[in-house]
Amino acid sequence: MPIIQIDGQEHEVDTGQNILQACLSLGLDLPYFCWHPSMGSVGACRQCAVVQYQHAEDEHGRIVMACMTPVTEGALFSLTGDKAQRFREGIVEALMLNHPHDCPVCAEGGECHLQDMTVMVGHRDRKYRGKKNTHHNQYLGPLIHHEMNRCITCYRCTRYYNDYAGGTDLAAMAAHDHIYFGRHEEGVLESEFAGNLVEVCPTGVFTDKPLVHEYTRKWDLQSAPSICTSCAVGCNTSPGERYGKLKRIHNRFNADVNGYFLCDRGRFGANFVNSVNNLNYPGSRTEDGRFNALDQQQALLKMAEACDTNNIAGIGSPRASVEANYLLRTLVGADNFAPGFSDVEQPLVELALTIQQSSSAMIADIKNIESADAILILGEDVTNTAPRIALALRQSVRNKAYELAADLGLESWQDSAIRTLAQNQRSPLFIATVGDSRLDDVAEERFNLAPDDIARLGFAVAANIAGEANLGSDDELQQKAKNIAKALKNAKRPLIISGTSCGNSALMESAAQVTQALCNADKQPLPLLSMIVAEANSLGQAMLISDNAVSLSDLTARACAGALETLVVLENDLYRRGKEKDINELLENITNVIVIDGLDNRTLSASSLALPAANFAESEGTLVSMEGRAQRHYPVYLPNAQRRASWHWLLACLKQMGRDEVTEIECFDDITQACATQNSSLSGITTAAPNHQFRNIGVKIPRQTHRYSGRTAMRADISVHEPKQPVDKETPLAFSMEGLNRSQPGSLLPFVWAPGWNSNQSLHKFQSEVGGQLKLKGGTAGTRLLQATDNSNNIALFESPAAFKALKGQWQMVPRHKIYGSDELSVHSPAIAKLVRPAFVEINASDAKKLGVNDGDGVDLNDNKGDKLTTLEVSINDSIATGCVGYSVGFIATENLLAGESLVLSKAENWSPSESQQAVSSGVSDV
Amino acid sequence: MNVSIPTLLSDTEITEIDAEVAHLPTPAAAAIDALKIVQEHRGWVSDGSIKAIAKHLNMSAAELDGIATFYSMIFRKPVGNKVILLCDSISCWIKDCDGLQKKITQQLGIKAGETTADNEYTLIPVTCLGACDKAPVLMVGDDLHENIDEKYLQALFSNRPVEDE
Amino acid sequence: MSLDRPLTRNVRADKSPTYFTAYEANGGYLGLRAALGKLSPDECLKIITDSNLRGRGGAGFSTGMKWSFVPKKGDSTGHRYLICNADEMEPGTFKDRLLMECDSHQLIEGMILSAYTIQADVAYIFIRAEYPYATKILREAIAESYANGYLGNDILGSGFNLKLYVHVSAGRYICGEETALISALEGKRANPRAKPPFPQVSGLWGRPTIVNNVETLCNIPHIIERGADWFKSLGITEDAGTKLYGVSGRVKNPGCWELPMGTSIREILEQHAGGMEDGYQFRGLLPGGASTDFLVEEHLDLAMDYETIAKAGSRMGTGTMIILDDKTCPVGFVKNLVAFFARESCGFCTPCRDGLPWSTQVLNELELGRGRKEDMATLAHHVSFIGDMGNTHCALAPGAMEPLGSAIKYFREDFESHITNGCCSYAVQESEVIT
Ligand SMILES: Cc1cc2nc3c(=O)[nH]c(=O)nc-3n(C[C@H](O)[C@H](O)[C@H](O)COP(=O)(O)O)c2cc1C
Ligand code: SF4
Ligand code: FES
Repeated sequence: MPIIQIDGQEHEVDTGQNILQACLSLGLDLPYFCWHPSMGSVGACRQCAVVQYQHAEDEHGRIVMACMTPVTEGALFSLTGDKAQRFREGIVEALMLNHPHDCPVCAEGGECHLQDMTVMVGHRDRKYRGKKNTHHNQYLGPLIHHEMNRCITCYRCTRYYNDYAGGTDLAAMAAHDHIYFGRHEEGVLESEFAGNLVEVCPTGVFTDKPLVHEYTRKWDLQSAPSICTSCAVGCNTSPGERYGKLKRIHNRFNADVNGYFLCDRGRFGANFVNSVNNLNYPGSRTEDGRFNALDQQQALLKMAEACDTNNIAGIGSPRASVEANYLLRTLVGADNFAPGFSDVEQPLVELALTIQQSSSAMIADIKNIESADAILILGEDVTNTAPRIALALRQSVRNKAYELAADLGLESWQDSAIRTLAQNQRSPLFIATVGDSRLDDVAEERFNLAPDDIARLGFAVAANIAGEANLGSDDELQQKAKNIAKALKNAKRPLIISGTSCGNSALMESAAQVTQALCNADKQPLPLLSMIVAEANSLGQAMLISDNAVSLSDLTARACAGALETLVVLENDLYRRGKEKDINELLENITNVIVIDGLDNRTLSASSLALPAANFAESEGTLVSMEGRAQRHYPVYLPNAQRRASWHWLLACLKQMGRDEVTEIECFDDITQACATQNSSLSGITTAAPNHQFRNIGVKIPRQTHRYSGRTAMRADISVHEPKQPVDKETPLAFSMEGLNRSQPGSLLPFVWAPGWNSNQSLHKFQSEVGGQLKLKGGTAGTRLLQATDNSNNIALFESPAAFKALKGQWQMVPRHKIYGSDELSVHSPAIAKLVRPAFVEINASDAKKLGVNDGDGVDLNDNKGDKLTTLEVSINDSIATGCVGYSVGFIATENLLAGESLVLSKAENWSPSESQQAVSSGVSDV
Repeated sequence: MNVSIPTLLSDTEITEIDAEVAHLPTPAAAAIDALKIVQEHRGWVSDGSIKAIAKHLNMSAAELDGIATFYSMIFRKPVGNKVILLCDSISCWIKDCDGLQKKITQQLGIKAGETTADNEYTLIPVTCLGACDKAPVLMVGDDLHENIDEKYLQALFSNRPVEDE
Repeated sequence: MSLDRPLTRNVRADKSPTYFTAYEANGGYLGLRAALGKLSPDECLKIITDSNLRGRGGAGFSTGMKWSFVPKKGDSTGHRYLICNADEMEPGTFKDRLLMECDSHQLIEGMILSAYTIQADVAYIFIRAEYPYATKILREAIAESYANGYLGNDILGSGFNLKLYVHVSAGRYICGEETALISALEGKRANPRAKPPFPQVSGLWGRPTIVNNVETLCNIPHIIERGADWFKSLGITEDAGTKLYGVSGRVKNPGCWELPMGTSIREILEQHAGGMEDGYQFRGLLPGGASTDFLVEEHLDLAMDYETIAKAGSRMGTGTMIILDDKTCPVGFVKNLVAFFARESCGFCTPCRDGLPWSTQVLNELELGRGRKEDMATLAHHVSFIGDMGNTHCALAPGAMEPLGSAIKYFREDFESHITNGCCSYAVQESEVIT
């Protein structure tokens, strides 16, 4: 590793870095704007100037941009040299010429990188006497607020939005000091990753619109380390709360998972926790359907009483924590515990787990995904099923560019040079899905097929890699498979992505087969495999249950047979898991339906006893992400009203019942421990984060910033006495500003702040560049529960299905997932609700012709018996295979549809689109 | 002016644009050529034209607009039938191009960036026209006019009624 | 045919274009015939390198050296590009227009030979939008060359192929900067690119690319035909060849002449440009376009070549001088230049984008008599803040500060009197007021 000299001090730095990275890694304060660790250097802002000396005798040196200067052995620099300091001050002075002095009302104030840098360079007095340029602002949709006058033209926004995230509707306009960053015309930003602009922009041009309307400064936000619950990727987040309300979600850096970026569902979808439809008190329902509030103790007694029976069952939830599910299983017994998946999904999630547990491939985290140089996607529309992965794949396809760059001796941070060099050359990405996808623009080839045909393509690829090319007689398929196989074989790090979202096991099996074929070719490093599941703890649920666990239909059968008296439903709206009539049948045949959930939904409405569950921001819990990473979220604030963590209700109930299993369990950590002890797959969850006894150099970790203000005043309308801050016995975090927020494990980082660095850029004070990955000093958050096994015999050999044949007069239902609308909770966030389009069916033009329908018409979907399941609006989409119908998943209007079933379609008479306008699934939207 | 600008590309425009696309690696690479072709036919590049060209070149309207607004010789606002490009760079400035500009303003009733009421002329001050030895100079449409003095100017726009401001 | 004025031998008094037959009849395409199929690309490169030809676009970089950075073709496939920089937007510069309008085949021949030397198979002429006449002439000439087998496939049976296109710019001075030009040719916003990598290695579409000025390329056929020694012998001083020198401003006979490299400023100014207009006194000059430093009376006897002018603290630039006379306000003069650069900044990097409008604003205040004492310090700060090499992403901003910095040096009293008197005493110019 090279040694460089900075202001007379020798430092050992990482090879391949630039001077700015090196300085920041060394903890030195060097201001910058346009550079971003994920986006590299372009040298636009000229803020990171340092003086470089040619040799020891060189007294003058010359100014160079640190971000554009590679580290070289023996190079001499000065940060503090007068020349550099004056120049850096001049840059801020120049940037401030047109900048409004609106910090007091700016939504970036207090966490503004420009403010920090202005103070850092010492610029104070304004010499410029001219007028300021002004711009008009654009409406950019419900998520992002635009205030162009604050722009300092660092180009980060368009570099992020276009170059990094693949957006196309934001651009730099005009020239000289008239540069304008905006859309061609006003309108909703199209990218699903637009929200990151909030954190990427170093000033207040792009701000979090929901936050702007409910403003709180960063220093007044109370935060805790959290995990996004909007899908199974498990991005790390830092929610901020004030006045008992969640104000915003910021990214929480995790080098292996989300890095610096979140998707918009994750960032803006968490606002459901503030919903007016929250359940705040326990209650029981009387015969006439009225809901009577109970106090906690009464409710617990009722629950314990109802649970004191052998005719009991429990339905867990893939969106609830491992701990809550474990306690429910303990309460009802493993044989009576259904994990809470639909009948279609349950075997698929189990298959996803089995494949990953037995695969000799490396189970990919996002950092791995970004290292892949040839990718095959089988079935998943990643942008809509695991959004953050789509952003990662946009980086993977750039590996070709980095390869070309390396040949020329360019470092990976030389962003524009690499883009120039590579132009449109990309690493191959093959996408086989049921319809078009948002990654098609970077795909080498895309195949839009029926699910079984995707599987056949996968099996053909596998056979081809394994050298058994003669499989089936479909020449066209073989040719396609051959190309894909060749690309995967030639790659240094091939990646196969599949998952449960198509509702088809064969295509998942084909993915396993392809991966195994690659593994058998003895690739080093190991080929990568990624299996996408639907919810934040889907995989944890699969790990908790044994094979052939009880399913929903098993329970319905038992209930109908009169064998069930009590059913406990944990954080699960069953109407999303099965056909309405089946769920009705289940619930109507049970006397005591006890539902623990936080937000009103139809299952809750059908309960006899309801217990208000704290949401992710009010409780602690462990979630297992799709890559098998156990991660913990912590309460950001204490639950409002009588809401309690689900695990809390269940533990209290078990204690009330005097059950042996919980005699040793006193706190949250004990549940985690017990669960780990009893389930070998989950044995690693105890290390997902330190336990409650952890102290950071002797003290707890504060949830509040040093400058947290108004602790007395904020409650002055209730009482002028400042209440004692709540004590947190369950975690190493404190509801207080006292404590130490520095260098702790990544799983315990509530927010980032460092002296002089109020913005999120302070993150680099928590990172170390050792190993070149900007890892957190305290280590990466979470524990991987899945490791590559080297036992390739473990993997079963699967059979390729028969080719899909369109049935006359019938169509196969293929799921089309929507980032806004398909998941249960984010649609209750008002900003996200505005982005949800009405439910639809998609068919290709020739099928539409057969049906005699056009875009915007309605179609009735009927089962074989002629019963009408629903009516939906038609959207013609030629990417849908003939004989298939795409339908938007997770909407009320589509809840009665099952992936893979064949239905009879007919044009709906007298249909008007308004019928399907109610976009949001079960429960009421609070738009 | 109220001439409606078509939002679809004409066949001629498409043919001309495609001829440029033919020798470029991607359609989007012909962005500037396409903007110029459309401007040639329509006088300027409207929002609708931006959308139409972007669609034809398989690129986003935002990206194309970013390009269009960068270049000074792409007009994103309507201009008159003829554009007067008045050199305001140094050699012409020495020869009082500022005074010349005032005279044009007097004679045609338009300031920099404005178009005459009859939509005949738009006045745009531009960078050195590369005829510094003949300063001051201006172009009307494609024609360069050198060594402009008051008399020359009078003659140049002699068919013009003098407008009051 | 004039041996000592190779570049303008076909330029007639009426400036009419030289078409193919006339060009060939006058010895045209002999250089090409001498090289294609007879000299290897390496041999051509050696001749150019030995000739000591330096780029005529402004920077004066050795052409042979620049070409030598193009990776050897070997067995690599893919395009390699030659681009002729015919953007000529530097204020005060009017030489390339002449070469293109009067002798376009000379440029085409130069480009074919240059492309052959660097083994480029596609060439572009990047010409500014305001040269429609030159564009027309060039297009006609290119068609003639194709028709006569000098362009296209298997040129003169040598197996060498070359396609030549004209790209008409959409405006903006920054397009003349070679990497910005490449961005523009790719159909993008013309932001300059960071170097390294240099275009010779990764240029147009990421492929090896050479950008040369029109005048530079026009020299190539003659050098190949007559040799490096002949070319060196043309110059009076160290620098080789002839140069198109120009003079504009208040002189009797402004114009552009091909003269031996190293002709003295005084000779150009007094003999060719006829000296100052009656009633005007010489105060200073910018030797080669708007982005060069002022020279004054004491420099008049210097030789106009790269080294000599550099030693005097300026740059020869494009070799077309702009004369400042005694009735023109130096502050107004510089304000015009800085305002030009501010308007033409691409807006990529901070000192240029925000600094130049600020300088313009200060100069405007001075002109309006609203200057303050501290403004001199602000301007001095700008000269180094905006102008020091390395402070900005490209050379536009340093160029912009050359006239300002040197004006403060040579005409400081003028700046100061604006402040102390609260007005501009050169009433002749009615500068347009920027508010
Ligand atoms: C702002 C700027 C504008 C320029 N404009 C031109 C131009 O109009 N014509 C030109 O030939 N070179 C121009 N140059 C110089 C080119 O970047 C490049 O050096 C030149 O075309 C190389 O050709 P040469 O080696 O033959 O001189 C400009 C440079 C800068 C920094
Ligand atoms: S110096 Fe000016 S023209 Fe050059 S890159 Fe910077 S902003 Fe653009
Ligand atoms: S951070 Fe280095 S130039 Fe912007």
